[in-house]
Amino acid sequence: MREILELLEQDGRIRPEEIAVRLDLDPGEVKRVLRQLEKEKVVLGYKTLVNWDRVGGNGVTAVIEVRVIPEREVGFEKVAERIYRFPQVKSVYLMSGTYDLLVTIEGKNMKEVAFFVAEKLATLEHVQGTTTHFVLKKYKQDGVIFENNEEDFRLVVTP
Amino acid sequence: MTGHGGGNVAKKDSFLPKLISRGSDQKPVGSTKIWDPAACISPVVQALPPSGIRKFFDLVSQTEGVISLGIGEPDFVTPWHIREASVYYLEKGHTSYTSNWGMPELREEIARYLYRRFNLDYAPENEILVTVGVSEAVDLAFRTVLNPGDEVLIPEPCFVSYRPCAILAGGVPVGVPTRAEDEFRLTADALRAALTPRSKVLVLAFPSNPTGAVMRQEDLEPIAQVVNEHNLLVISDEIYAELTYEGQHVSIASLEGMFDRTLVMNGFSKAFAMTGWRLGYTAGPKPIIEAMCKIHQYAIMCAPTQAQRAGIEALRRGEPEMQKMIRSYDQRRRMMLRGFRSLGLNCFEPQGAFYMFPSIQQTGLTSEEFAERLLMEEKVAVVPGSAFGQVGEGFIRCCYAAAPRDIEEALERIRCFVSRLL
Repeated sequence: MREILELLEQDGRIRPEEIAVRLDLDPGEVKRVLRQLEKEKVVLGYKTLVNWDRVGGNGVTAVIEVRVIPEREVGFEKVAERIYRFPQVKSVYLMSGTYDLLVTIEGKNMKEVAFFVAEKLATLEHVQGTTTHFVLKKYKQDGVIFENNEEDFRLVVTP
Repeated sequence: MTGHGGGNVAKKDSFLPKLISRGSDQKPVGSTKIWDPAACISPVVQALPPSGIRKFFDLVSQTEGVISLGIGEPDFVTPWHIREASVYYLEKGHTSYTSNWGMPELREEIARYLYRRFNLDYAPENEILVTVGVSEAVDLAFRTVLNPGDEVLIPEPCFVSYRPCAILAGGVPVGVPTRAEDEFRLTADALRAALTPRSKVLVLAFPSNPTGAVMRQEDLEPIAQVVNEHNLLVISDEIYAELTYEGQHVSIASLEGMFDRTLVMNGFSKAFAMTGWRLGYTAGPKPIIEAMCKIHQYAIMCAPTQAQRAGIEALRRGEPEMQKMIRSYDQRRRMMLRGFRSLGLNCFEPQGAFYMFPSIQQTGLTSEEFAERLLMEEKVAVVPGSAFGQVGEGFIRCCYAAAPRDIEEALERIRCFVSRLL
């Protein structure tokens, strides 16, 4: 099962038949395991990694440090939920260190993101303060280097 | 005082006429013999056949849009931490020679590695020699032990360099055929049939390039027995040892009575994706290794310092990345095997290296015709089996160290090609 997940994590487009061949499994078995993994929410989705900068960009990304006063009984959960419900919020992590939540936001422009933080995030109950950092350039994401200029230098035929 | 320029000119002036006059002196004195550079080449070298791959390489290079399954090296770049370590020491100015034997730290790491992985216990001080790839180690070994006319037993099909290196060292290569029916394993019977009173060395190169065959412990035992009976030395080229997919690689040196009659050769090229660094080593009985080091110190001095630095890093911290690469080869091995079998070509399941060696006999073509036509008609490069010895005729070598989508596409093109023939 771990090997299936590793293959999928590398290439979400890989077909069950191909997984079966590479891991020496029965294709029916792979399909069954995949359905199970989806049902158990181990596999949450299959997405494409896009370098938007190559097609003129797709707005701006910001990471925001959020300091939170945890709530009695529910800790950070309630605040996190209030934040991640917003569709412009792409990721929310609970962190150790000098702040509590790390929130990634995407917006059309800096102004839009800034207003979102000022109006929606900073004003939330229990949110003590925020620090916004805009992303200027993405070099690598999810293990993939965006402008990888390492070519295949091998000779075409070697003994 | 005259400047440097003046001095140089004066020197040149006095030098030039001398050169000319010497030349004109000689002409009338010398015979009518014409200087022919080609005539300088020794008959032994003249008689060496050029590599069977060379011609094919030129052909592939001239063709556009080729998917190559003909590359005999990993498709991974050397892991970054290894490159980074080498660059770090380059920046610090570690650019001098090392000990002829190789850096002590590297030899210690090699000793630990051989013990950890293959249960072989060598002393780093005088039983391990760091070489410029296994290629150099093979050459050194032949030159160290062969007397003119000594026979070298070489199981075939095999890597292209054993025969020529044996010849250059004055030896006589004797092919020992391995067969598809035996999954290209060397059998004691085949070995016995090739023995003569002049047999001195057995080359054992498993996992095999080009067949992907492996020798398990139970296959090695009868071979070790023959080796002991006939007092042979084994040169065991184990460069693909880590690329063993079913079970663990066993070195013949770890078998009873074999430690003192085996030269184990290994390196970094395949397991750590470090082909271009040219770093290998050999381990064996002290007297032979010391004698090999004698040639090595005169011919090579030492393996490149930067490569040795990289080698230390690879052995200290490279195993997790290595295991990842091996898992990836294994997946592609299964993929390609399934592909060839579905084409209707006979292909035994290779359990080592990264090659598949399917039979193309049923197409009625020779392996060279097959490879050439496949290249021209479908733009897929494979290596004709005949490049690895006559017994390789009727087979092609396909390397699965290629991108999965390229393998898929190549198999599809081979399917089209083969279906036109069958």
